[in-house]
Amino acid sequence: MGAKDTSGNNTENVWGGGNEPMGASYGKLMMWFFIVSDALTFTGFLAAYGFSRFKFIDNWPIADEVFTHFPFMHGVDAPMYYVALMTFILIFSSVTMVLAVDAGHQMKQKKVAIYMLLTIVGGLIFVGSQAWEWKNFIKGEHGAMETKGGSIIQFVNAEGERVKLTDFAVTLPEEREELKRSNGRWFMSEGSLPTYSVAEVQAGFKAHPELLVRTEKIYRDTKEDRENKKLQPGLNKNKHREILTRAESEIMVSNGAIVVEGANLHHNEYGSKLFADFFFFITGFHGFHVFSGVIINFIIFLNVVLGTYEKRRTYEMVEKVGLYWHFVDLVWVFVFTFFYLV
Amino acid sequence: MAHDHAHEHVSNTKRIWMVFALLSVVTTVEVYLGITRPDFLYMHNFISMNLLNWVFIILTLYKAYYIVWAFMHMEGERSSLRWAVVATVIFLALYLLFILLVEADYIFEVFKNSTIKWNF
Repeated sequence: MGAKDTSGNNTENVWGGGNEPMGASYGKLMMWFFIVSDALTFTGFLAAYGFSRFKFIDNWPIADEVFTHFPFMHGVDAPMYYVALMTFILIFSSVTMVLAVDAGHQMKQKKVAIYMLLTIVGGLIFVGSQAWEWKNFIKGEHGAMETKGGSIIQFVNAEGERVKLTDFAVTLPEEREELKRSNGRWFMSEGSLPTYSVAEVQAGFKAHPELLVRTEKIYRDTKEDRENKKLQPGLNKNKHREILTRAESEIMVSNGAIVVEGANLHHNEYGSKLFADFFFFITGFHGFHVFSGVIINFIIFLNVVLGTYEKRRTYEMVEKVGLYWHFVDLVWVFVFTFFYLV
Repeated sequence: MAHDHAHEHVSNTKRIWMVFALLSVVTTVEVYLGITRPDFLYMHNFISMNLLNWVFIILTLYKAYYIVWAFMHMEGERSSLRWAVVATVIFLALYLLFILLVEADYIFEVFKNSTIKWNF
């Protein structure tokens, strides 16, 4: 690069190749343009998420209530802490990456290798953390019921605190068996059944007169909301979900169609069905990027250790994968904001 | 753009750690606000979004700027490359958000004011 004139001012050689009109090598420029297209893909996903969210602005789940787990702290309500930790891990692995690039500029092979290795470790910890986050999301915590109308109802006590299905549902002698492939007539089978049947939850609700139902809809404290006779007085707070009176709760419970525990692509106990779809799709697509980043980083790490770039007298390849790795971090910054904060 | 052509790579370690500290502080502030959700921000709206959300979005863009400019070293690139990459993404993102969010708000109003019943 250094020896030849790459400014494009040499008119004699404009079409002769070897020009770098943007001052970046071919590989780096193509990495930038790949990043532009990938950024637009993520923009599309997040904009679609925003679309669904604005469309269902009155019944979108509140992130603080969904992501409340932290490792080794069972039953402790810890909103946001875990995902904040994941964010720090990813930012830190970005720092080690940029330190590797910096060491590459100084041709310090050993330093580049160590920083690359740290970056890889950071990436693996992040992917592992995301798997744990998914596990909790899929498993759920409180359980809920989906009505015939297709909306999710959750259960609260007289103080308005969430109550788990296990805390009140009764066990009835009825037994519905999971349909397995071996019993199906054609290629028929089904996912695992929830712990309780609709009838068991309904009977449990009847036996506990202090329980109330919380719907998907968000209370806005408008005049209309305050005069709504269906809502339990004293429990409804602005920007929280509406809690119904006992009489209205009983109507909702009698409308129950299925019991929902955790989340899959069709139902989730948190609320709007699209919420889980977008969560799986966008964090999954980002996690896939992190995973490919780890693999690419590992290949480059091997090349560093083998001395490939020492022979080339340039560590530009480290710079190129560095761009990709920072981009993955950049996307996470946005995903973090729009899924967990906003 | 001092070393656009010179390629005399000086070590940037100090600046890297500075940016890391900055990103960490901003993230901590975000998480703190996200957990406490102070009423004076959360309960007031500006263009159909509460002030807290605006704070989050502005802090996010601030972080994004530092990641691209310092970590991806956009500050050292030629202005033609900067414009080609940044302007394209910002323009298309704003355009897409504008049409989709306006449309979504319209659909929300249709659901709200029509006879469609969903919460039963």
